[in-house]
Amino acid sequence: MSKQIIVPFGPQHPVLPEPIHLDLVLEDEKVVDVIPSIGYIHRGFEKLVEKREFTEYVYVAERTCGICSFIHGATYCQGIEQIMKIEVPERAQYLRVIWSEFSRLHSHLLWLGLFADSFGFENLFMGAWKTRERVLDFMEETTGGRVIQGTSKIGGVRRDISSERLDRMVKDLDVLDREMKELTTIFLHDDSIRHRLRNVGTISREDAYHLGAVGPTARGSGVAVDLRKTGYGAYDRLNVPVVTDSCGDCLSRCTVRAKELFTSTDLIRQAARKIPDGPVDVKVTGAPDGEYFMRAEQPRGELVHYLKGNGTKFLVRSRIRTPTLTNIPPLIKMLAGCDLADVPVIVLSIDPCISCTER
Amino acid sequence: MAFFEMVRTALRTVMQQPVTILYPAQAAKKTPISRGHVMIDESRCISCGTCQRKCPAQAIIISKEAKTWQIDRLRCVVCNSCVDTCPVKCLFMDTQYTAPVTARSVDLIAITYVKPPKPEKKDEPAQ
Repeated sequence: MSKQIIVPFGPQHPVLPEPIHLDLVLEDEKVVDVIPSIGYIHRGFEKLVEKREFTEYVYVAERTCGICSFIHGATYCQGIEQIMKIEVPERAQYLRVIWSEFSRLHSHLLWLGLFADSFGFENLFMGAWKTRERVLDFMEETTGGRVIQGTSKIGGVRRDISSERLDRMVKDLDVLDREMKELTTIFLHDDSIRHRLRNVGTISREDAYHLGAVGPTARGSGVAVDLRKTGYGAYDRLNVPVVTDSCGDCLSRCTVRAKELFTSTDLIRQAARKIPDGPVDVKVTGAPDGEYFMRAEQPRGELVHYLKGNGTKFLVRSRIRTPTLTNIPPLIKMLAGCDLADVPVIVLSIDPCISCTER
Repeated sequence: MAFFEMVRTALRTVMQQPVTILYPAQAAKKTPISRGHVMIDESRCISCGTCQRKCPAQAIIISKEAKTWQIDRLRCVVCNSCVDTCPVKCLFMDTQYTAPVTARSVDLIAITYVKPPKPEKKDEPAQ
């Protein structure tokens, strides 16, 4: 047996957009063990809930993550609405679905770009981000913000989308679909990419399930979990297909995300077709008294917001469990036994969002 | 299996105009509802302090005595909360971002609003 050495990976590493530290225990070029450590960007969001009124905390909740910001805000609002038993207008629920799915498109396209960059395909990285710009433009035009939308509020949404804009959006989706088709063909069928990703960072279905993998990481291993199937918000009125792949390697996770782009555009079309007219918010009076676990599907997997109020304007406890946190144990499993050169690709393949993880 | 997919895409991109713009020489794309930075119409502010209370980032400080409205641009998260809650609608959102700065500072704006005099009550007719 050769001598073991430890190579630090991160917190500053070219492939990592955010700081996470992994101590890689190596034997020659093989990784035998990985010791992760987080805690570089803890911001104390969960404590801040005691200092801000519950109506204003929406803006804070939204800033937990810079990619899936809308879904964080909407999940928090849905949790509070469940505690206070507020009936949200139908139109607001559909608008939440539309913006959530656009967030998912934006997140997946960003990830595809970063992933291409991680295996050294810079041209493809630029291509993915070019397509993502269309999604961001739509976001800015309808909400006023490119990445932090700020349209969630307790009791509904803060902005409406006019029906003409919705019609135009559906037409634009065709162009977006065409561009994404071209992009994903390269990701899924290009010979060099397949060669680079196939059988790298494999995790079996059982391991993924028992280690608590969520989102595309779990679905890439054949575990068909998708919180949208539970039908929160307006998802119960839409047909949500669950995309899975069975191999459990980096290419499978890439395939799941690439195919989910098209389920997202499909969901947006369905929502645009079914969206009813009416108000987009209701007036909220009183304060939350009680507790609730709100679960929602983020681009990276299952998100949990635990909220507890005592009848005052300030909540007493908030707990946010983000998908990346639960995807770290499966990541450790994937890394054990891989080559050192594959580590960046495998780490990126779970779509790590460290700001989310540490809150 | 696709061997020349990327070549086709790359060649087309080479032929096209660049998709990026030369910012800041060319103005950034903005929509009418883009959130850039908060502005105040100081002649209409009644110093009620609602924006200060509703600011999740605690970026706004209002002083009734000194008649000033102060905002820390680096604290402000541009959430539109103050604009939505202002009772006299003297706050509004500009679509452009503020210019980059090299040091922390606050924008201090003197409020010029003057309370209109109450209409004088008619004196009781002398008996």
